[in-house]
Formats: sequence, C-alpha cells, structure tokens
Amino acid sequence: MDTTRLIQKSEFEWWLEATPPMRVPGILYASEALLREMDDKVLEQMANVASLPGIVQAVYAMPDAHWGYGFPIGGVAAFREDDGVVSAGGVGFDISCGVRTLHTGLTVEDLAPLKEDLAQGLFRHVPAGVGSIGKIHLEPAEMDAMLQGGAEWAVKRGYGRREDLERIEEHGRMEGARPELVSEQAKRRQADEMGTLGSGNHYLEVQQVTEVFDAAVAEAFGVAVGDVLVSIHSGSRGLGHQVATDYGRRMIEAAHKYGLELADLELACAPIQSEEGQAYLGAMRAAINCALANRQILTHLAREAFAYLLPRADLRLIYDVSHNTAKLETHLVNGQPQRLYVHRKGATRALGPGHPDLPDAFKAVGQPVLIGGTMGTASYILVGTPESEARSFSSSCHGAGRAMSRHQALKQWRGKELVRELGRQGIIVRSPSPRGVAEEAPGAYKDVTAVVDAAHAAGLSRKVARLEPLICIKG
Amino acid sequence: MTTQLGRWEHFYHQADVGVRGIGPTLDAAFEQVALALTAVVTDPALVRPTQAVVIECEASRVSLLLVNWLNRLIYEMATRRMLFSRFEVHVSPPDLGGALSLYARAWGETVDPERHQPAVEVKGATYSELEVTQNPEGLWVVQCVVDV
Repeated sequence: MDTTRLIQKSEFEWWLEATPPMRVPGILYASEALLREMDDKVLEQMANVASLPGIVQAVYAMPDAHWGYGFPIGGVAAFREDDGVVSAGGVGFDISCGVRTLHTGLTVEDLAPLKEDLAQGLFRHVPAGVGSIGKIHLEPAEMDAMLQGGAEWAVKRGYGRREDLERIEEHGRMEGARPELVSEQAKRRQADEMGTLGSGNHYLEVQQVTEVFDAAVAEAFGVAVGDVLVSIHSGSRGLGHQVATDYGRRMIEAAHKYGLELADLELACAPIQSEEGQAYLGAMRAAINCALANRQILTHLAREAFAYLLPRADLRLIYDVSHNTAKLETHLVNGQPQRLYVHRKGATRALGPGHPDLPDAFKAVGQPVLIGGTMGTASYILVGTPESEARSFSSSCHGAGRAMSRHQALKQWRGKELVRELGRQGIIVRSPSPRGVAEEAPGAYKDVTAVVDAAHAAGLSRKVARLEPLICIKG
Repeated sequence: MTTQLGRWEHFYHQADVGVRGIGPTLDAAFEQVALALTAVVTDPALVRPTQAVVIECEASRVSLLLVNWLNRLIYEMATRRMLFSRFEVHVSPPDLGGALSLYARAWGETVDPERHQPAVEVKGATYSELEVTQNPEGLWVVQCVVDV
C-alpha cells in the first residue's frame, strides 16, 4: 500500500482523509510494516464504503485487513438506524463465520500418549472438506426451527450443554431471524451440511497454551500455560453462502430503486428501513443462527471424539465469536448514544469491561477475542478494552489474513511435504486434500503475531494468551 | 465441441480467486469460465463427464448473467456434490421483457475425495472485477472473483 496517501496519527493509527464523495474518514490500525503489505485496493474500498449514506464516525480497517469485494475484509462500518444502509457485501459470503475455543480440562502431558489416536479420531468423526455431509438431515420444519433457534436449538436436540449458551454471543440465539425469508435453494444447500466443518481456512485445532500475557484475565477465562484447548473455525456453510448470493443480487436492484450510487456492484445495499433491507436482516440473522448451530454440533462431535479416547476430558466452552455480521448496537457518537448497524466483515466484536451483553464471568475483564492461526502458527486469545468502543465501535482483528494467493501458495508448497514438515514440528495435520493443505500453507498468511501485536498496541484489544497447534483437522 | 474453443485462466486476488474465460463467442467464453471455476476446486482433467445437468438462468445485463451462471453452477456443485468438466452454453438475446437468458448443459460426476483431491469449496461468485468485454482480437473475455 502507498502510505503517502495517509496521515499518520500515531504509531498504529493512520487516516485516509474524507474527501468527497467520502462522508467520513477511513482509519487504519496497523504497523507501518503491515500497511506496506496491504493491497492498495483496501484504501479504494474504504473510500467507497465511507461514501455510503448514513455512515457515522469513520470506516475502520483492522490490522489484518485485505482486499475483499465491496468492503475490505477486516473492515468495520456503522450506519444510523434511521437513514443508513445495510449491505450484504459488508457482511460477506460466510455469514457469522467465527471461532469458538473450548478448554479440555487436560494438560499437554495428559494428551501426549494419545495425540496420534486423537488426531485420527477427530478426523474420522468430524466431516471436513469439499462434498462432505453430516449425519443430520434437516426436513423443512426442523430447518426453520434451527434457523430460529441457533445453538439453543442444537442444545435442545442434544448437541451440547445448556451452560454452553452463556458463552456464545447473543446467548447462542440471534433474535429477529426470519427463516421464511431464506430461499428454498439456501435451505437445500444446508439440508445435509449441519455439523460439517467446510473447507479452505476452516479447521478444528487442538492447541496448547504456551504463554500468558495477562495473568488476571487469563484466570478469568480459565486458561493457564500447559492447558490443552480446542478451537473450531467454521461458519454458516451453504445456507449462509446462498443467503449472501440471493440478497447480493436483490440489493443491486434495491440500490437502483432507491437511487443509491454504487462505485462497485459488491457495495450493493438497501436502506435499513426499506423492505429489502429488513428482509436481508431477517435472512442474515437466520444465517447467523445456522452458524451458531453448526459450531455447536461440531463441538458435540469433538466432545464425542475426546470422550472415546480421553474420558477424563471435559470440554467447556470458553467463548464463541462471529466475524461476519451486521448487528444493531448502541454506541457513543460525539458523546451521544446512538443505535447503529455495525458491519464487521472479517472483524471480531471486542466488548470492553462492564458491557451489559457480556456473560457474568467476563463482566469485570471484557470479552474474549479469539484470533485464529494458520495450522502451523500460533493463535491468540485477547480481551476487549474500554478504548475499543471509541476506536472502532468495539471491534478487533480476526486472524492473520492472507498474504499470498492460493495459486502462489500452490506453486510454493506440496501438501504432503507440508504435512510431514509440520509433523516434525509436533503438529499433526489431517486433511482430505493435500492440495487444500498446500493452498492453506502457514507461509501464505501474514504473521499473526504482528497482527495481534498491532491490535494490542492500537488498543483494539489486549493480549491474554498465546496458543500453539498440536493437532489440526483441515477441511 | 464448443467447449474445446478458447481457454481459461485464474487471475490474482489476495484472498480469493479470479476466474476468466476467453473464447471466440460469448457462449464459448461462458463455457471456459465454468472450467476455470472447476479448476478452483480440482484439476478439470480429473473429472469424468458422465452425468448431465441442465441449467437455466436469466439476467437484465450480460455481466449479471455471468454471475448468475456461475452461482447456479456453484449451487449445483453444492447440492448434488458434483464437479463438472464439460459445458455447453447458449446465451439468447434479450426477449421482449429485456432479459437475456442462458440455457446450458454441464457434464460431470460426484465428488470423489480420493481421486479429485478437492482443495476448497466455492461459496459464491461475486461482482468484484466483473467484466464482459471483447479484446482487440475479437475474443470474448468474461471474468469475476469467486469467494472461497
């Protein structure tokens, strides 16, 4: 990225001035090194988003931002409830894709003798990869119940525990879902995909805590060095993808109908108060519930695999966060509370201490922010800060973010060799596709530690613990 | 076969994949871009064209028709758990209502993880970098980014 177009406000804060037709500035939180790696298209996309009606304060880019479609990935933008817009491209294709992390109650010593067996057990038990199907087939009425109930539906059907729900955003169930506004095609895409991991950067990882940066917060989250955790990265599967496709198309027509000028068709949006805007929100919330239900079923499958080999394990959910959402939230704008639709595309909500939406266990410290790794590199747990409210509508980064295209990665690595190399480092990788592993090579991603350090230094969230992979099941 | 006419390629996108089809006719370019779509998932040469699926869609503009065509293919790939390697596309000029329509047949087979080694599923075709043009040699070039 050409940083000469930016004004540097501090070491980790850079401004793109609001020049017409932009209504607000663009603010990037990153080190200079990360900015230099970012595509120039990120700036172009931020300027486009900043030009949309009803946007408030600024459009933000997180340290892991990269070129998306319409909105940058790692982008955050909030719109006024009365005259703002909602954009399907501002949420993305994998609605509510996110991460949940569980504590196993085990230490690395407990796991060591059974590590290989557990890797095989998880790989056999958790459907992953292109074309894989789950054991659950949803008939239409049950599909609608799932879309209305989210993780709460899953728990009622026996996939998980009641107490899991406290540790999920929205308590596991997004209000305002409208299953009847989700197309038949979307439902058909999901009929056999419940409890499947997906492919690409989705994974189930067994990890060890290798470092604690903030002992008090780590204690509140229940993690200590040497503990074994499980992280699951997955989303709303085919249903969410199809909702994005259906409403992206519909919003192009809506934008034309309401006279919204689009610099890019992927910016297609509709006024929040329009029929199309409300319909998208209802369908998107149903897709959020689909993602929450899916991660809940995946959790159940992980628990079954552990129980078979390590009956002493007790997989307790630490927290579940979503990355691709548009949520109605109250934030201070110029000192006044305002109801805003906050789009987070490839960004995590990072509520600071005392926020009423936090579970009681985290009220004093803030929300866990779960940052996914890349199969061979670290993951992190961070915590929301009081400052992130003013900095970015309480948002932080979501992962490493790709630095290299799939094509480049495929030229540079061979899947089987990579699995062997990671094995030498003590990381067992199981995947149905060596090509998929090569495309997802850790080297194809940005340095997650640099991303997390930038989020920490910029005050978006603070580092709590570092996790290293032991077993990775890739889609 | 018209599917033998023209060529396909992928173009750079940092996180996702750009798919491009090039052919002497619009129909051929649409066939080629479909092969580029398959190539995101697996090597098209590994996919046996044993089963045919009919796909129809329409749109008000040719660029939107391209996105609809790819999205219909993605839908068929997802719900039938199939991969496709041979295509026959016919794009009809606008009807009285002003809509362009597409009729196509796609041949392929059910995904076989062992043989196809599918790398990644495609979530949807986007409007990003969407272009339908004729190059100076008169060849049709059609492209967009697909989300993976």
